Amino acid sequence: MDFTTQLLIAAISAGTPLLLATLGGILNERAGIIQLGAEGLMLMGAVTTCIVYIRSGNLLLALLATVTITAVLGLLHSFLCVTLRANQTMSGLAMTLFGSGLSAYLGKPISGIPLPGTSPKLHLVWLENVPVIGKIFGNMDYLTWFSLLLVLALHLLIHRTSWGLHLRAVGDSPATADVMGIRVQLIRYSYVIIGAALIGLAGADMVLAYAPTWNEGLTAGRGWIAVGLVIFARWNPLRALFCAYFFGALDSLGFRIQLLGSAVPPYFLKMIPYLVTILVLMYLGYRNRNKPSGTPESLGVPYIREQRF
Amino acid sequence: MSLENGRNTAAVVLEPIPAYSGKRFSLRLEYDASRIRSPWWTPIVSIILALLLCALFIAANGMNPVMVYEKMFRGAFGTAYGLTETMVKAIPLLLCGLGIAVAYRISVWNIGAEGQLTVGAMAATAVTIYFPNLSSFWSLSLMLLFGIAAGALWGLLTAIPRTHFGVNELITSLMLNYVALLALDYVVFGPWKDPKGFNFPGSPMFTSAQSLPVLGSTRLHIGLLFGLIAVVIYYLMIRFTKWGYELRLIGANPVAARYAGIHIKRHIIIVMLISGGLAGIAGMAEVSGVTHKLMQGISPGYGYTAIIVAWLAKLNPLGLIVTSVLFGGLIVGGYSVQTIGLPSSISEMLQGSILFFLIAGDMIYRFRIRHSRVQLKGGR
Repeated sequence: MDFTTQLLIAAISAGTPLLLATLGGILNERAGIIQLGAEGLMLMGAVTTCIVYIRSGNLLLALLATVTITAVLGLLHSFLCVTLRANQTMSGLAMTLFGSGLSAYLGKPISGIPLPGTSPKLHLVWLENVPVIGKIFGNMDYLTWFSLLLVLALHLLIHRTSWGLHLRAVGDSPATADVMGIRVQLIRYSYVIIGAALIGLAGADMVLAYAPTWNEGLTAGRGWIAVGLVIFARWNPLRALFCAYFFGALDSLGFRIQLLGSAVPPYFLKMIPYLVTILVLMYLGYRNRNKPSGTPESLGVPYIREQRF
Repeated sequence: MSLENGRNTAAVVLEPIPAYSGKRFSLRLEYDASRIRSPWWTPIVSIILALLLCALFIAANGMNPVMVYEKMFRGAFGTAYGLTETMVKAIPLLLCGLGIAVAYRISVWNIGAEGQLTVGAMAATAVTIYFPNLSSFWSLSLMLLFGIAAGALWGLLTAIPRTHFGVNELITSLMLNYVALLALDYVVFGPWKDPKGFNFPGSPMFTSAQSLPVLGSTRLHIGLLFGLIAVVIYYLMIRFTKWGYELRLIGANPVAARYAGIHIKRHIIIVMLISGGLAGIAGMAEVSGVTHKLMQGISPGYGYTAIIVAWLAKLNPLGLIVTSVLFGGLIVGGYSVQTIGLPSSISEMLQGSILFFLIAGDMIYRFRIRHSRVQLKGGR
């Protein structure tokens, strides 16, 4: 396999958790709720998958538990932000702190134990025989395929269905949506919970496809990169696909340069994704300084029925 | 909706009002936006609730939570040694928490104290490496100066994208934390590694001229004074200067402040310089006062804990002193439960849940339960 194909495979494998977390973030923020707890949710997702998978040996059960636990955390976030109208920034930070503490606590006994297996690969014989892309698709597991289908599904949902219209309305102008008879609180609750579960799946994908054992703080800021990617992708699932794979490529490029015996110390290569996130966001801010950024207009503003601002 | 008392209130009806006429007793939960200042006891209640929640997790692990908490408390406050250790941990929390509080006053969400502390520690160490033979006074002053400058620079790197490019400072400051930690790894494994350190990653030990004076035979160092002086200056600045007034005005109403001609961008930059500089002092005090060399894991998450310290203190200077000692105790207590085989991440878990309950409590306080007899119309 040549370098490019290898890089693409690595980019997809490193990009899938980012993609799932970004899609979760997009759903959250399209409904108008900022989700800064992505890092904590990913860690909780990863640790739940590890614990259940190691204890039961059943992958499906592990994924189910992950989705349930992170959905409960999403419920907590939406209760704080939607019903209590708490500060969304602070609630997200609390989620990250609580998630990293709790995951370290729960994961201590299984730390370093390898998982019984990785995410199984989906073998599509007819696709694998296609010359160039066959190798790439042959390496994709169920979660990667799921994330790809999800991109398409969410794109259609947000831009082509009435549910998506309601979602966008709630994120942009909840008061108008409320007048039109859309149940703002219900929609916010549902999408925050679904979004949190997707971010939890991103954590599951981290351990299943990327790092095969649990370690404290395993996500190393990928949740936060996903928060940046939501902005980078301008709250659009299709863009999220390219952004996540681009960052996946950056992530694995550093590793690969190291393998090629580069003189640059690995610490600097590991800095690349973080620095690029800042630079890209700065570039976008500069380019869009006089344009609407695509931000849902009521992002971060709690909706209070009958209150004038 | 009731506007009778001039308050902007909205109601969430808990009990559906039945669809027949007649007088009914109804219980309504009303949101009262004017209740902004929550009472002093909400932090205490949230700490108690967080202890109860985490007791569940500890019990699920087969341990007796009362025993664990007692162990933590004794470890942190029960002995003279524990108490001084708690104070040692409180110093960086106080300095970082103060920096964070200054920024939060005008809603600049700096979560980069961890990185700012790290670069402060690195800059202070650079002084010991490149100017090894200075006198005690010059060496310590230069270390302090370098620590402040590095921290402030790291803060500036967060402020500029925010003011000039509209980038959310949360993301920038957090990304810079990871960059700072990787830079720390680079220097302790690479150029600054102690040649006599048996291949252990870390800088050479500081000389006594490069170490902050300590109190007696304890590890409590003079950095405590830095923290207390900074708190006093913060209080005086906020309370009695034009700058402090402008800061309070921006915090209260940014739109009004902008119309009043206050340069908000400039304030964001100043505030981030101060915020980073204070965390830089904390970093300098850590290497020079506690570890006496630069090494990995110089901060067990002080920068993140300081966020809760600042929020729990409600940005109040006196409150900051109390909460930083409390959280210093939480960290020391976390270490002391390791002796009975529990991970020290218990303290992190507690910190996160305290913050959850605190923000929930502040908001729950804004709801009032209102009983009323309502006359219903339109029956069938």
